[in-house]
Amino acid sequence: MHFKEGEVRIPSGCAILGVIDKSRKRFSGEDMIRAITVMHERGNGLGGGFAGYGIYPEYKDYYAFHVFYDDASIKKQCELFLDEHFDIINLSKIPTRKMSEIKDEPLIWRYFLAPHPTKLKSSQLDEREFVAKSVFKINTTIKGAYVFSSGKNMGVFKAVGYPEDVGRFYKLEEYEGYCFTAHGRYPTNTPGWWGGAHPFALLDYSVVHNGEISSYDANRRCIEMYGYKCTLLTDTEVITYIVDYLHRKKGLDFKEIASVIAAPFWNTIVNYPDEERKKCEYLRNAFASLLITGPFSIIIGCQDGMVALNDRLKLRPMVVAEKGDKVFVSTEECAIRVIEPNLDRIWAPKGGEAVIIKLEDERL
Amino acid sequence: MNYIYPEYEVVRNHSRCITCRACENQCANNVHSYVECENRMESNDDACVNCHRCVTICPTRALKIAKTDHVFRENANWTGKTINEIYKQAQSGGVLLSSMGNPENYPVYFDKILINASQVTNPSIDPLREPMETRVFLGSKSHDIVRDAAGKIVTETTPQLDLSIPVMFSAMSYGSISYNAHESLAKAAQKLGIYYNTGEGGLHEDFYKYSKNTIVQVASGRFGVHKDYLTAAAAIEIKMGQGAKPGIGGHLPGTKIIGDVSRTRMIPEGSDAISPAPHHDIYSIEDLRQLVFSLKEATDYKKPVIVKIAAVHNVTAIASGVVRSGADMIAIDGFRGGTGAAPTKIRDNVGIPIELALASVDKRLRDEGIRDKVSLIVGGSIRSSSDIVKAIALGADCVYIGSAALIAMGCHLCRNCQSGKCNWGIATQMPELVKRLNPAIAYQRLVNLISAWRHEIKEMMGGMGINSIESLKGNRLMLRGVGLNEKELSILGIYHAGE
Ligand code: SF4
Ligand code: SF4
Repeated sequence: MHFKEGEVRIPSGCAILGVIDKSRKRFSGEDMIRAITVMHERGNGLGGGFAGYGIYPEYKDYYAFHVFYDDASIKKQCELFLDEHFDIINLSKIPTRKMSEIKDEPLIWRYFLAPHPTKLKSSQLDEREFVAKSVFKINTTIKGAYVFSSGKNMGVFKAVGYPEDVGRFYKLEEYEGYCFTAHGRYPTNTPGWWGGAHPFALLDYSVVHNGEISSYDANRRCIEMYGYKCTLLTDTEVITYIVDYLHRKKGLDFKEIASVIAAPFWNTIVNYPDEERKKCEYLRNAFASLLITGPFSIIIGCQDGMVALNDRLKLRPMVVAEKGDKVFVSTEECAIRVIEPNLDRIWAPKGGEAVIIKLEDERL
Repeated sequence: MNYIYPEYEVVRNHSRCITCRACENQCANNVHSYVECENRMESNDDACVNCHRCVTICPTRALKIAKTDHVFRENANWTGKTINEIYKQAQSGGVLLSSMGNPENYPVYFDKILINASQVTNPSIDPLREPMETRVFLGSKSHDIVRDAAGKIVTETTPQLDLSIPVMFSAMSYGSISYNAHESLAKAAQKLGIYYNTGEGGLHEDFYKYSKNTIVQVASGRFGVHKDYLTAAAAIEIKMGQGAKPGIGGHLPGTKIIGDVSRTRMIPEGSDAISPAPHHDIYSIEDLRQLVFSLKEATDYKKPVIVKIAAVHNVTAIASGVVRSGADMIAIDGFRGGTGAAPTKIRDNVGIPIELALASVDKRLRDEGIRDKVSLIVGGSIRSSSDIVKAIALGADCVYIGSAALIAMGCHLCRNCQSGKCNWGIATQMPELVKRLNPAIAYQRLVNLISAWRHEIKEMMGGMGINSIESLKGNRLMLRGVGLNEKELSILGIYHAGE
């Protein structure tokens, strides 16, 4: 018997890739497909996906929900919920291309939503919390419906398959954005469920991740205390929630977040200048259970830019490169060279050292 | 007529014995005697408590202790032990007394839990090559980020204990154990960067120099509690209960309240030191809150307060109440926890296993979203580095060790502490016995033990691919049960091996 994602914890190895244009110049998703193709060997056809930022400029003020449905009756049920809690500005099937490589597709729909003003008011939540809560509600109570993307002016596209096939399936070349991340997955099991593919996203935060974290259950049990429900049992899911919690709810910046989840060693902290030492000690102590150990390299996408981070021992490969306004992050250099053969600079960041790329006019 | 046949027999190999009379000298129970006319040693098995002092000291290895093969007629209901207890009580009319932890054959859940290791998908980490962190902070953790006008994070916290490894020496009072034993514990705690606990007998004036590594206890008898005692300490522990004797107090006989013990406890020489079962100012949870805050007031909110409770049936609800009483840490003492003296029937029949108490308290506090408000310390009993790894993975922040520390110092677990005649110089106040425990040696043995455990913990963590103990805390996926039923697994919150 095969378990679905969420019923069993499935470790996996992976390829990750992220490209951002700091000046917000938009480029086509085509480049991402070409680049991730060269890391084909790092996946095994059991999951691939992309996140694109700046792809819905005409709807940029609305939450874009991407939803998988098992069948039409579930869709109806979910739409009732959406209708009750949101103004549905627009809805459509997400355009896809029939391909022999991609099988067993669910119904895939997209909604542009604005929280229903009276519902929002009576919930006494801030708008983003209201949206996040709605996503949790759908994903945990409407069986067969799964919201896999819920941010503004961004969207996740994922499926079971090799990432390059997933890109073609979703016609990624027809989207233009200023930032894309991509993921090819090598799970050690056959989950065969689309929701389990990556990126994982909540609101405008998306995470692609390569690794298997050894702190998983410590992290999960901690974050679940703060209103999150880990239903997929994947590393990416818990990392996304940690990022959302620390960034959106606790107001930490990404450098501070790095010193929580990939905290410097105590004997490194001791040698920091006084103020920095106190801060790192404070953060490490306060959020001790959100320290992530074991191998990981992650790329976080969000409203304001992109962040790349390795575990503190650097147990997974990750390189960063620059060309003009563009910054690239990849598991392997070759993927970057496919898009941009002539780079201004390329380097491998140290373990635990966050590479924070902020968009112009945005503060990270 | 004495109905009771001795449980243990002193077996002497007379062909090895050189009648040096060392055993005779060393035995405070007067088991050995010299028969001059025969130039031969004799033993009185009735007095033997099986503490191995003579066996260890004998220069020719002429001695050993054997369990008697004298038996009652077999009876699955009436065991020899039960029959003997009845004889004893019929003779004395008194409560049966024992010491150390519950020795009965209840399940030891630690022994039915196995630890994970990495293979292939996730590398193990070699602690000899890579940093492997065991440092922990104990205290209430706040996730509230406060920034100053310049946007910098304000880094003040509630008081915390800083430990190089999450192990502390649990409460053992001066009086129940000796001056030399206390000094050894204090010195070792200082050397190791951890803490020891004074227990309820006050803090001897000579040991204020170790106060940075000292947790002072405030128990129902309030012995030795005064302002300097509280302010000197690194933390204050309110003892509400003890795993070995939940629900009852303590009684240190007047014979032990002599000299320094009486001075340190601040009670007259020769008077019995009686700790009432409850604190007489705590009859409910709101009273506990008052005591917690009185102690905090008295120490300027600079000392974390620990509330120690015994693992009893409704420990989860109690723990949740304790968190809300303002405690910074909760120490939970399991039913295997040791004691200097307790009524046998209470020690052996009251309380629950620490593994189950820990798992359910950790879960309950998480369900209520208040787990980060306290640190959880567990004891009773932690016997090895693997017990520590399992306890932390179940959700503990730190462990207390008592019996293990005494054993490191030489205790042979004869469970006769209540007699006050500990031949190893630990649970005694008799000067000639106390001096047998050399603090310089005993302290080193404690340091060795914890250092050895630290190595083992690091190896196990490295095997799991975890390089900081914070990531082990509550990481129950790293554990699997063997031979446990569904209910036990669900309480422990772990899967069965093979799942
Ligand atoms: S210590 Fe050993 S050798 Fe000496 S008298 Fe006792 S049994 Fe004999
Ligand atoms: S401390 Fe002494 S009396 Fe108590 S069990 Fe250990 S050896 Fe026996």
